[in-house]
Amino acid sequence: MTTTNYDPRILKAPHPVPGAPDNWKRFFSFNTDAKVIGIQYIATSLFFLLVGGLLAMIVRGELITPPADLVDPSVYNGLYTMHGTVMLFLFLFPILNGFNNLLIPTMIGAPDMAFPKLNAAAFWLVPLFAVVLMGSFFAPGGPASSGWWSYPPMSLQNPLNHFINGQFLWILAVALSGISSIMGAVNFVTTIIRMRAPGMCFFKMPIFVWTAWAAQTIQLVGLPALTGGAVMLLFDLSFGTSFFRPEGGGDPVLFQHFFWFYSHPAVYVLVLPVFGIFSELFPVYARKPLFGYRFVAIASFGITFLSLIVWVHHMFYSGTPMWMRNLFMATTMLIAVPTGVKVFAWLGTLWKGNLRLSTPMLFCLGGLFNFIFAGITGVMLATVPIDVHVGNTYFVVAHFHYVIFNTIGFGVFAGIYHWFPKFTGRMYYEGLGKVHFALTFIGATLNWLPLHWAGLLGMPRRVASYDPEFAIWNVIASIGAFMLGVASIPFILNMVSSWARGPQAPPNPWRAIGLEWLLPSPPPAENFEDDIPTVISEPYGYGLGHPLVEDEEFYVRRSQEA
Amino acid sequence: MTSTAPKKGPNIGSIVVISIAIAINLAIAKLMATWSYSWFPPQASSAAAYVDDLFALETGIGSFIFFGCTGVMGWVLLFNRAGKYDESDGAPIEGNTRLEIIWTVIPLLLVFAIAFTSMKVNDSLNALGPKQKYAIGADTSALLSADPLAQVGPIQVIARQWSWEFRYPDGVRSSELHLPIDQRVNLQLQSEDVIHSFYVPAFRLKQDIVPGSLISYSLTPTREGRFRLRDAMFSGAYMSLNQSNVIVESEQAYSDWLKRSAKQALQPGLDPGRVLYDRRIARGDKGWATVPPAPAPMVNDPGDPSIPHDA
Ligand code: HEM
Ligand SMILES: [Cu+2]
Ligand SMILES: [Cu+2]
Repeated sequence: MTTTNYDPRILKAPHPVPGAPDNWKRFFSFNTDAKVIGIQYIATSLFFLLVGGLLAMIVRGELITPPADLVDPSVYNGLYTMHGTVMLFLFLFPILNGFNNLLIPTMIGAPDMAFPKLNAAAFWLVPLFAVVLMGSFFAPGGPASSGWWSYPPMSLQNPLNHFINGQFLWILAVALSGISSIMGAVNFVTTIIRMRAPGMCFFKMPIFVWTAWAAQTIQLVGLPALTGGAVMLLFDLSFGTSFFRPEGGGDPVLFQHFFWFYSHPAVYVLVLPVFGIFSELFPVYARKPLFGYRFVAIASFGITFLSLIVWVHHMFYSGTPMWMRNLFMATTMLIAVPTGVKVFAWLGTLWKGNLRLSTPMLFCLGGLFNFIFAGITGVMLATVPIDVHVGNTYFVVAHFHYVIFNTIGFGVFAGIYHWFPKFTGRMYYEGLGKVHFALTFIGATLNWLPLHWAGLLGMPRRVASYDPEFAIWNVIASIGAFMLGVASIPFILNMVSSWARGPQAPPNPWRAIGLEWLLPSPPPAENFEDDIPTVISEPYGYGLGHPLVEDEEFYVRRSQEA
Repeated sequence: MTSTAPKKGPNIGSIVVISIAIAINLAIAKLMATWSYSWFPPQASSAAAYVDDLFALETGIGSFIFFGCTGVMGWVLLFNRAGKYDESDGAPIEGNTRLEIIWTVIPLLLVFAIAFTSMKVNDSLNALGPKQKYAIGADTSALLSADPLAQVGPIQVIARQWSWEFRYPDGVRSSELHLPIDQRVNLQLQSEDVIHSFYVPAFRLKQDIVPGSLISYSLTPTREGRFRLRDAMFSGAYMSLNQSNVIVESEQAYSDWLKRSAKQALQPGLDPGRVLYDRRIARGDKGWATVPPAPAPMVNDPGDPSIPHDA
């Protein structure tokens, strides 16, 4: 084990920006404090969760009866395309970058990110591309409506022949989002590699930092492919080239390779940090060390590596030769191994624990429960003959919502509640939190569990109307969706009122172990400033009775007196 | 990294409890696997049984894992909860290398076994009907010999935004696909605009139809009835209506139908999105933009969508 050569004086970032406001206005400014940026990201994305959720409820409103009777089919297609795009690019990616900003520097004891200005610029691209994307609702002909994956030649059809159209704005927004993500990724990876506190070798890093590192590595490898594909699509759409246009000799399937080479691993960009959150929270609320810390850490990079070589499983029935299908089936299934290692490690952590079922723990347990289920349907989808039947049906929709909402979304909520006191300095209301959890768990289950059966029976996805034999599953699903809408009420109430008037939070309300809990709540601008603690043991030492850092009492006292 | 808990000899009590739990879990997994067959439409092609068996196998294994893991969670929730004022820590177990190697190796073997089984099924399905892709304009003699084992066909399947058209070797055209039972049929799939997908849930088969390519696809229907053919690839405004039926009938009925249809004059075929499009135009072409539907295909037999389908 090596220690890093770390000299806090050299890495002290020139910040806060001279003249940056120090009140609530800082959240609306070009602030370079990673904690401010983190909250900016999280608040922005929660707003778009509501927007995306509203779109989803119209979509589910349409699907509550078999015929297309609520909105015109062309409107329906625009709504669910925007739903998917908003949820991914304006809710999940940004909110996880919010966590990265809040947690990476505080967890590794750095004063800030390696490139604070780049960091702020990456954030401000988000509202910029949000405006571009939302603006497409007012474009002639409406927003993009060929699904969030925008397969050509569908996405190249431009019936009104306007140069500025929904699809054009969509590509622009996705490209801007990619630029923002690459800026973020460079920053996070550099910060993790270069700015850890003295004594924090890689095997003393918290798992969240490991998973963020593994996830951001995917961004660096994969995003150029998506961006390349998007640029070519834009040329085909707007300047008459034929990369993907069959009439001109282009190959539509080529786009699918570009798209999925990034967009498959992208789900791991989202889910890995949530694995990190689970790994942070289970030890705290079960009061036990994380079972098999090193295995869990290494498994993160196992997942990163494998996720980059499985993309063809999205193209099993698009004319892919059998040898390729077999190959990609095998690599896809292999991902079950490192993810299995993590699941078992969490179960091992819970085993013989002393569980506290506060809101963050409930969301973690619910998320893990759903993830085990999603993992099983995932292996089914990787099985070529099964995918040939259920691919592009509601089975897929059900599976990916089990991952994307019932696991990732749950993990995000768990993280929000858990770190809320640290970064706002206020406690949230436990009762409202539990109501939020109950409504979310029941709503999510009603929403997506039944859709597995609709898919097995053969209900295609992306349909505005369907045969009556699927009606029962869709009615239950829509009820679940509306319940999820209701669930957002206690959540919003809780966040707003707790931040405004909640009780003052102590520095370490959960008696958690980690550098961030040695800081006052909320932490000062440069976290530990010059007094960065020297890390002397592995994280998660619950019940082991040894300190995490040298002079621990000093930091505890200082955080309490602040 | 080993447990700091004192080493104990084998504990008869817990071995019994664990064995009972595993036995119950196995029984549940078996039940789930059996039950899973009822989640599908009837099996109407030679591929269907393979898919359902594979699915049942994975449902069984998956259920065992799911109930095993969530059973542990349930146990912990029941018996390892901290009391209200209990601030103590749990057992400080950091890991157990042997256990971790075991639970890496077992899933590894398991997924290899599943992958291997599926590859064997893939081979059988390939023998049932190879899927080959040709660029349009390729040598058509190669196309004709695409599937020498086919007993019927090639039947051309033409997908458009938003209708299906079927052309039989003797020139008959229809809007619904007629097939004789238990005969291997070769289909040649092509699209005139965007990507569509040929999907018959009762057959458990799906194939994307990529414009610019001609795809040779073979299958063998094994059950008489009217089965739903669905477009499974999103292809624009009226994609959800782009459905038709596959009518599997006896060889006699099939050839009678061909003869009868050959005598009928060409007429507009099924064009299910048209009604909605006309309504849209009547309302002043409101709503977000859509491409106008292709004209209805001209066919000998437009079929009868009012007859209910079996699956
Ligand atoms: C809040 C409740 C939600 C409901 C009721 C809901 C419902 C739906 C529905 C009905 C579809 C259309 C499926 C199809 O036909 O392909 C869909 C698609 C999708 N959803 Fe959700 N969803 C919800 C939340 C989320 C969340 C949280 C995310 C991601 C973070 C998400 C991501 C997606 C994506 C990526 C698609 C695919 C869109 C496309 O095919 O273009 N959804 N959702
Ligand atoms: Cu994938
Ligand atoms: Cu289609």
